[in-house]
Amino acid sequence: MMEVIGQLGDGVLMSLQPLNLALILIGVTLGLFIGAMPGLGSVNGVAILLPITFLVPPGSAIIFLAAIYYGAMYGGAISSITLGIPGASTAVATTFDGRPLAMQGKARLALVTAAIASFIGGTVANVLFTGFAPLLASVALSFGPPEIFALMLLAFATFVGLGGDDIPKTIFSICIGLVFAAVGFDEISGAPRLIFGDISGFLHGINFLVLAIGVYGIGEMLWTIDSTRGKITSTETKMSVKGAVEDAKYGMKKSWKGTTIGSFLGFFVGILPAAGATPGSLMAYGVSKLTSKTPEEFGKGHPEGVAAPEAANNSASTGSMLPMLTLGIPGSPTTAILLGGMVIWGLTPGPRLFTDQPEFVWGLIGSFYVSNFFALVVNLSFIPLFIWVLRMPFTILAAMIFVLSVVGGYAATRDMHDVWLMLGFGVGAYFLRKLDYPLAPAVLAIVLGPIAEPTLRQSLLLSSGDPSIFFTRPIAGPITVIAIVLILLPLLKVMFTKSKGNKPKDDGETLA
Amino acid sequence: MKTTKRAFMGLLGATALAASAVSSVAHAWEPTKPIDFVIMAGAGGGADQIARFIQSVAEKGKMTPRPLIPNNKGGGSGAEALIALNNARDPDHTILVTLNSFFTTPLRQPNLGIDINTFTPVAMMGVDPFVLWVHKDRNINTFEDWQAAVKEADGEWVMGGTGKGQEDSLVTTWLEQNYDLKIKYIPYKGGGAVAKDLAGQQIMSSVNNPSEAKGFFENGDVVPLVSFSDERLPLVSEVPTVKELDKDFSYYNQRAVVGAPGMSDEAAAYYQDLFKKIYDSEEWQGYMASESLSPLWMDAAAQKEYWQTQVDRHKELLEKMGE
Repeated sequence: MMEVIGQLGDGVLMSLQPLNLALILIGVTLGLFIGAMPGLGSVNGVAILLPITFLVPPGSAIIFLAAIYYGAMYGGAISSITLGIPGASTAVATTFDGRPLAMQGKARLALVTAAIASFIGGTVANVLFTGFAPLLASVALSFGPPEIFALMLLAFATFVGLGGDDIPKTIFSICIGLVFAAVGFDEISGAPRLIFGDISGFLHGINFLVLAIGVYGIGEMLWTIDSTRGKITSTETKMSVKGAVEDAKYGMKKSWKGTTIGSFLGFFVGILPAAGATPGSLMAYGVSKLTSKTPEEFGKGHPEGVAAPEAANNSASTGSMLPMLTLGIPGSPTTAILLGGMVIWGLTPGPRLFTDQPEFVWGLIGSFYVSNFFALVVNLSFIPLFIWVLRMPFTILAAMIFVLSVVGGYAATRDMHDVWLMLGFGVGAYFLRKLDYPLAPAVLAIVLGPIAEPTLRQSLLLSSGDPSIFFTRPIAGPITVIAIVLILLPLLKVMFTKSKGNKPKDDGETLA
Repeated sequence: MKTTKRAFMGLLGATALAASAVSSVAHAWEPTKPIDFVIMAGAGGGADQIARFIQSVAEKGKMTPRPLIPNNKGGGSGAEALIALNNARDPDHTILVTLNSFFTTPLRQPNLGIDINTFTPVAMMGVDPFVLWVHKDRNINTFEDWQAAVKEADGEWVMGGTGKGQEDSLVTTWLEQNYDLKIKYIPYKGGGAVAKDLAGQQIMSSVNNPSEAKGFFENGDVVPLVSFSDERLPLVSEVPTVKELDKDFSYYNQRAVVGAPGMSDEAAAYYQDLFKKIYDSEEWQGYMASESLSPLWMDAAAQKEYWQTQVDRHKELLEKMGE
């Protein structure tokens, strides 16, 4: 352990060298804005800036890219909260409660909570990474297809098993999402599915950002115009340091549990290759709601609903570095690009990287700590600017949201087809919301569907079609059982309360 | 002495002039906007790594006035990428990094309406060999032991690969048919995921490119048994080829670049020149050596011929597979 601390110290010192420190500052600031721009996520940011890194030594190059990655994780929350458009796929869950908070004039609270939760998530992940990287790599290896499917089942279960929501409508919403997730080429057989005759735009599947921007950008905008006739200025919040400190205290008091859940769950999901930060943040949201004493407040502006996914996406982004560095397998699309970078810098990611290139590895880990700290500082200092955006009347904001949504929808795949699709989803989401359908489960399903389906089929191929494979394996078994209990829990609850004759009052409107 | 020096200077000057003349001629056409660099595989796999490496070499050497923008289209065993090229709105700015699914996918899915002969050959960058790997805890050290173990498992031997009809599955099927084996084949999204699940013992053996299994091999997690190349591979030089053992068989994955159908001759000449430069670069030569790719440069004409032989070969392999 002492050895680890010594190496980490060297790593931190390395990232505090003038060149590296400058790169970290530039990286987190750039990342913050890249993350905040809808359609531009950390993937694009890292891809665009990769060539610049050939000008500096490999150690500094990856520090720069990691700083961008970090900044983007913080930045994604900003447009989710202020405009209701997820700035990046990883920040979709942040819109569920961040946007309602902003509409209630509590944008500052949401932004401050998001920043602090991100910092805590990042810190927890860094400590776990530093202390247990090799051990965790072997955990990631022990997750085969049945384990990953069991985990996906658990994620769905957390969304079904939520008290307060209308369960049939939740299930309907999940099914819609799963159908959308099935569009495009089937990974196992290679055959195209649900392409409506021969519309080539459907061949690449429905990008989940297209759905999320449609539902939350356009749908939310229509809903706000409908319910307020445009006579709303979303926030009155003034920016003062004292107020921000109070917000920070209040936000953390309300959401320490969600932050903790997000930090650990996010990291764990992040280290599994194929998952990444987006499923991690959605699952953290679901679990926080499930374990909350006031689940009915989720989706209507609960700080915990902001803190959990934000802690999780930062934690997961550090986590997804782990399979990349130790196994040579990217845990997320962004790390796939980092991996490409490492190859050209002449480094071979894989089980031997820690022993062959300790300086590089510890320099990178050290930079995680430094980047995380500066990302917090930079983010907090820009909050007044973001709040200023919200002082505009909604009639002006709506036009901005529309433009940014169209840009974001196009940028995701560079295909006009997806812009039309995005607008269609927006209108559809507006009507579904009028009918009180929860939309978050559909978003969850389109993220997790493409992971759940192939792993289910791989598992069944492994077992020659015998579903008991999900119960008999030592890791998959318990997870599957918990998932099934969670799914059945609300049913049992309903039967129990019905037999007593007092059906719980269904509260109508949920934002998520 | 003086004259030789002057002559030498003159020669240098002339060479410089000639070089500048050549480069201005060679660039009769230049990309005027970012180049859509389509990759026939998802992010993170072998093909993706190569494409990103090529992009980096081009960026590093400032070889293109406009950047190559990697665009992963791995869906449907490469069908998505082939369709994207077929429908490219701007064929002069659309190129594709291919694998052997360039041959197999149009054969297996004739309804896609893809005729690879309409595509524009650009360059063959090398071929990637295949090796049979097994986890070290199986205590299998030779190809013969492996055959015995598979037979003993009686249909329960699990191998992973990148999908039915994909390169490694053709080799796996070849093994089944030529050694009278029964193997359970699990498709994965990419070669990287296969390597990881072999190291984690989710599957029992795999047919993987050396570049994909290298990290785990060097760490001692996986053991190479036999290679499907013409010669022994430098990375695993103690491992015999299947040719040495008993059967006349070899199989490689092509790492080639092609242009969209309908690309103008000028643009094709530009890309052919560009990828020749990349191929000759120190970085690419180093990459081929470290990732165990076999060098196999081909210009456009040779590539077209190669396509025909590969289409015929894959037709035969797929037929034998019962596809």
